[in-house]
Amino acid sequence: MTDQRRLRRRYRAERRFEFYGLLAVLVALAALVVLLGTLLGKGLSAFHQTHLRLDVTFAEEVLDRQGTRAPEVLWAADYGALVKRALGTRFPDVATRRDRRALARLLSSGAQYALRDMVLADPAIIGETLSIELPASDDIDMLHKGQLARDIPEARRKVSDQQIAWFDSLAAQGAVASRFNVGFFSGGDSREPELAGIWSAVLGSFWMMAVCVALAVPIGVMAAVYLEEFAPRNRWTDAIEVNINNLAAVPSIIFGLLGLAVFLSFLGLPRSAPLVGGMVLALMTLPTVIIAGRAAIKAVPPSIREAALGVGASPVQVVVHHVLPLAMPGIMTGTIIGLARALGETAPLLMIGMVAFIVDAPGGPLDASTALPVQVYLWADSPERAFVEKTSAAILVLLGFLIAMNGFAVFLRNRFERRW
Amino acid sequence: MKLWGLAAAVAVAVMIAGAAEARDQIRIVGSSTVFPFATAVAERFGRGTPFKTPVVESTGSGSGLKLFCAGLGVPHPDITNASRRIKRSEVERCRDNGVGEITEVKIGYDGIVIANARTEVRIALTLRQLFLVLAKDVPADEDGAELIPNPYKTWKDVDAALPDKAIEVLGPPPTSGTRDAFVERAMEKGCKTFPAIKAMRRTDRISYQAICHAIREDGAFVEAGENDVLIVQKLIANPNAYGIFGFSFLDQNLDKIQGNLVNGILPEFETISEGSYPISRSMYFYIKNAHADVIPGVADYVAEFTSEKAWGPDGYLADKGLIPLSDEERARSRTDAMGLLPLAM
Repeated sequence: MTDQRRLRRRYRAERRFEFYGLLAVLVALAALVVLLGTLLGKGLSAFHQTHLRLDVTFAEEVLDRQGTRAPEVLWAADYGALVKRALGTRFPDVATRRDRRALARLLSSGAQYALRDMVLADPAIIGETLSIELPASDDIDMLHKGQLARDIPEARRKVSDQQIAWFDSLAAQGAVASRFNVGFFSGGDSREPELAGIWSAVLGSFWMMAVCVALAVPIGVMAAVYLEEFAPRNRWTDAIEVNINNLAAVPSIIFGLLGLAVFLSFLGLPRSAPLVGGMVLALMTLPTVIIAGRAAIKAVPPSIREAALGVGASPVQVVVHHVLPLAMPGIMTGTIIGLARALGETAPLLMIGMVAFIVDAPGGPLDASTALPVQVYLWADSPERAFVEKTSAAILVLLGFLIAMNGFAVFLRNRFERRW
Repeated sequence: MKLWGLAAAVAVAVMIAGAAEARDQIRIVGSSTVFPFATAVAERFGRGTPFKTPVVESTGSGSGLKLFCAGLGVPHPDITNASRRIKRSEVERCRDNGVGEITEVKIGYDGIVIANARTEVRIALTLRQLFLVLAKDVPADEDGAELIPNPYKTWKDVDAALPDKAIEVLGPPPTSGTRDAFVERAMEKGCKTFPAIKAMRRTDRISYQAICHAIREDGAFVEAGENDVLIVQKLIANPNAYGIFGFSFLDQNLDKIQGNLVNGILPEFETISEGSYPISRSMYFYIKNAHADVIPGVADYVAEFTSEKAWGPDGYLADKGLIPLSDEERARSRTDAMGLLPLAM
């Protein structure tokens, strides 16, 4: 009887234990679902953008009075006046200066640059009247997406009753359209939410990762090979091993401070450059690469080395021809996970001037640039309401990259890993 | 193997050489409060002129001036933004590092607001009440000779007219320029209303500042980091909380939060502009005169910033929440800026 009861208690304990484990997984999953749900809920709307269709007359007397069609003249012309005229033709009743200004706020300040790009691409359109979709301002965009309530008193709204009336009259004529937001992927940072894009940040991240890989992988792999295959076991190598393990746990901001002191102040490298960012991130990733590399090399069975040595291979040939190729999938997996962590870092970049407003896309590792997580941080701190959705959208893009990288690591592991 | 080594050496050499080359892009550092305005100007400047868009870093006023005054030459910034005036010690530091002449440009005003959620009643505070609510130690009597640790738990404890809610104020951390300005413009003014403390200003300046500038640390005041967006969200979520931040964040979120009266005045564009709202400060940027001739576009950037379409009452900076200078001040400031009139201090 007591035996039976004890057995039942043991079964119960086992079921409880199993249940706790399941609970832990469910809590983690719920957190993930909430995170992704909020991001998707807030961010998806940023992928499309409100446009207003207007008849724009490319008047010659505004753009190019002399008729030279010289690119400098066309570049410097007053395209803002074209936009104002187009709005004036559409809403002829608007008379006072104040109302005209309110009317102009329906459109983004990027509208004039869109017109400039059209004219520069094809000067032949001067003199013609075309029906063109121009980007709406961020407030109108928010209104159209329903993120700006209409029913609250006018004084507390960013958009006036009059502006809503104009917008509705455009909408009634089918002149309001929602288009895929190409600019979000092709543009640089902007203070106008409707013009802000992630392309320069993506490029900055790319250059940083390139520098980081170029430095961390060769150095890390060589260090791992030396420590595993050649180094004698003594107090020195033990000390190095302890240090590497410690470095892997050092907070990333410390590496930023190091970068500021060594790369900027001592070596005189330029501020905000992806080169420096990549170097700092390489330092941060190195311990991870070394640790992963050593584990992968250690996992290659000694019999392979002995066989190679037995048929007359030199120690270098053993490493280069046999050990490294077999350890490569493991090394790559560790490296990619290290890089994925580096891709999401902002703290070390703060110290070396990469947390900055930078519009132009970098052409190389020496041009000033930001990185994707920095862009998220900067947008999250901007007062304009429309940046909320941009922030979430940028996080989604960053998550996409991270998932792709981790997925690639899993693929490498499954495809090439050998088990003995 | 040899070839690789050579290639690597060449690559490094090219990089170092490239870094030492002259810069064709303006570099701006400084205050996070001026950041939204400087970036807006930088963007228009980049789109509307043949020059590259300037790089604007948000480092805070103090760090910005430190970087600015570190020296002359390519690695050092050309312009720094500040939400307070440059200090004498910083001017000296600039001089010691051979920075030479600098030009000061006053660009406008910023108000610091005490805001809460729209759903709650609007309260009217005096600076004296604000001091009593937030100070670490408060006077035990009307005179202010004796100090006790801040005993007030609710707003009603401070003044019967205030709501019966626990004191919970979210505000900037000590590293922030907003905090400096708030402590100087609001706390100190409220503190001075006690005669004994006011008298101390002449006799014992150090304790005077310690009393007037110390904010309570018992949990009623929460340091909410530099992120003002976060404070706004917390105010919406927690109707009992009040937040302290820059006017532009109130202006952008008027549908969800409201500013409260200070000394009977509401924080509004007009009241801050004319100076009747008590907690406001001036914002500046500083130009390195020696760089203005060397780095292309510095003069044009200054011209863009000081143009009416940017910093005028109807300009795009006003849309971003900048409170413009008066007409005369703008005209004078623009002339001085364009002529690179050196700062005399």
